[in-house]
Amino acid sequence: MMDVQYNFRLYVAGQTPKSVVGIANLKDLCDTYLAGRHSIEIIDLVTQPHLASIDQIFALPTLVRRLPEPLKRVIGDLSKTDRVLRGLDIETAGSP
Amino acid sequence: MYLKETKALEPQLSKAPTGIPGLDEVLLGGIPTGRPTLICGAAGCGKTLLGMTFLVNGATQFDEPGLFVSFEETSQDLADNVASLGFDVAGLIAAKKMAIDHIRIERSEIEEAGDYDLEGLFVRLGYIIDQIGAKRVVLDTIEALFSNLANETILRAELRRLFVWLKQRNLTTIITGERGQGTLTRHGIEEYVSDCVILLDNRVEEQVTTRRLRIVKFRGSAHGTNEYPFLMDDQGITVVPLSSAGLNHRVSDEVVSTGVPGLDAMLGSGGLYRGSSVLISGVAGSGKTILGASFVAAACARGERCMFFSAAESADQLIRNVGSAGISLRPYLQTGLLRFETKRPTSVGFEMHLAHMQRELDSFQPTVVIIDPVSGFRGPDSEVHALLVRMLDMLKIRGITTFFTSLTNSSDRRAQNDFGLSSLMDSWIFLVDIESNGERNRGLYVLKSRGMSHSNQIREYLLTSNGATLVEAYLGASGVLTGSSRLAMEAQGRVETQRQHEDIARRRREIESQRAATERQIAELHAQISAQDVEIAGLAAREERRETVFESDRAAMGASRGVLANGADKIAPINSRPNDSRQSV
Repeated sequence: MMDVQYNFRLYVAGQTPKSVVGIANLKDLCDTYLAGRHSIEIIDLVTQPHLASIDQIFALPTLVRRLPEPLKRVIGDLSKTDRVLRGLDIETAGSP
Repeated sequence: MYLKETKALEPQLSKAPTGIPGLDEVLLGGIPTGRPTLICGAAGCGKTLLGMTFLVNGATQFDEPGLFVSFEETSQDLADNVASLGFDVAGLIAAKKMAIDHIRIERSEIEEAGDYDLEGLFVRLGYIIDQIGAKRVVLDTIEALFSNLANETILRAELRRLFVWLKQRNLTTIITGERGQGTLTRHGIEEYVSDCVILLDNRVEEQVTTRRLRIVKFRGSAHGTNEYPFLMDDQGITVVPLSSAGLNHRVSDEVVSTGVPGLDAMLGSGGLYRGSSVLISGVAGSGKTILGASFVAAACARGERCMFFSAAESADQLIRNVGSAGISLRPYLQTGLLRFETKRPTSVGFEMHLAHMQRELDSFQPTVVIIDPVSGFRGPDSEVHALLVRMLDMLKIRGITTFFTSLTNSSDRRAQNDFGLSSLMDSWIFLVDIESNGERNRGLYVLKSRGMSHSNQIREYLLTSNGATLVEAYLGASGVLTGSSRLAMEAQGRVETQRQHEDIARRRREIESQRAATERQIAELHAQISAQDVEIAGLAAREERRETVFESDRAAMGASRGVLANGADKIAPINSRPNDSRQSV
């Protein structure tokens, strides 16, 4: 389990308060639970609007767990950590 | 018409035509341009198809590209579903006149963790709208969001923002919504869409479905307020604003032949008035359909377009059957002058029937229509009567000459139930069975024909291999005779006539021979006269000869006595005659 690499994509639209909070929450969460085994890609739909349709985005912010499979989605500013962990299927046992 | 007049009074509100036959008429032009319109109804009542048609028509007819946002069906499914209607969705998408965006939301795959908004949806729609320059948008069914997202507060706020956003972008939008319990939509989104609300309904009564449409609300515009039936079939959606024509239709003085020469004569004017309605009543097998087909054949032969609504027989069967009576309809079917519409009266509701009929009439534009039989409509009398009145008005206002056939159970017309139809009809032709001497014959009489001095007689109605003809029934001492009785009486009549002819000929011969005898007598008498003349002439000649002899004898005697010859004049001649040539010199 410790070897599993996580790849995230966080979709936002510009520098809205929710975007800022969302990005911060994701970074905190990864540092806490997935230190050293994650990568984050922030996609701003304001500059890449065509990706919204391709990646089936409708709510913002949306966090997509691309790896490991299967694909998982969490919407919201990620302030509810327990829900994020559940949604991303991240093991928390043994962690602080 | 009322609708058209009101339209002229509403120039201020810009409307986007849907291009759906009948709907724009009911909406007095279309749905409000640049505003959202809510279309609600239960599952399967045609919301998606209506939305799709709105976009396809917009792209093909009004040069307004459109975006279809589907929350339920995939793009492929949507395109396939309307392909049978001749909508080339793939082609329109390739030409950038249309776009479909399927927003797939799986509740099980989504975790809501914190505050969010639907900005992603805005970005997404905005991008496609800009790509194709969309003027029209359909959101089908946006309420799907409610069942997939838990936070209703966010959702409501975002939907409100979405509708404002669509309005600001001046997009003519259709939002579909599923009907809820006691509300127009399940989640009450009608409170955000207050400009125009259209309700679709799909009622099943006695196992028969009737689709209806009603404009619940249209802010800033007049609109048709009734429930209008609409059709959803291989021709897409057709809304049929059934209107009652009233009694203001134009009438024609033109008389058209019925195709049955004897009947034309019976009607007094050589046929029926164009645009009139004719009821043909009769028991089973009395030849109602054939009479109707005769009229159709005559009209087609004149080059008129005819429409045959058959509720009892298929087109092929009907053509074959009337063909056996010498009426050939197939050529007209092939040249397109004749069209058959075969539908069981029970297959759809009354409204649907009318709607279907109105659409067919408007597309085919016939001048002659047969409804065979009208008695097939079953239901409460008042409803059937209302149906028939509306049907009649629909035909009358179009100036169509219409034949209704009606099956009666009895030859006694008072016993039949005709839903009060007879009083609506201009002409009523009754076909009766005449049973006598062990056979059944067909009789026809004209019960009424408005504006014509028609015959009051019952004629025998014969179905021959050369079509229907009317024969004068034999009117004898024992009453009206038909069939073989008539033939027998006619034969007897012929014998009688023959005998009279012979009598006269014999009498003529007798008289002629008498005359010949008389002439012979005359000739004999003439001969007698001639003989007598000859005899008289003979007598005169003899007399003359005798005188000559007498003179010569006297001269000889005188000479012998020495009398001078010049003294002979002193002696008067004996038996001197006035015609004696010698005396007259």
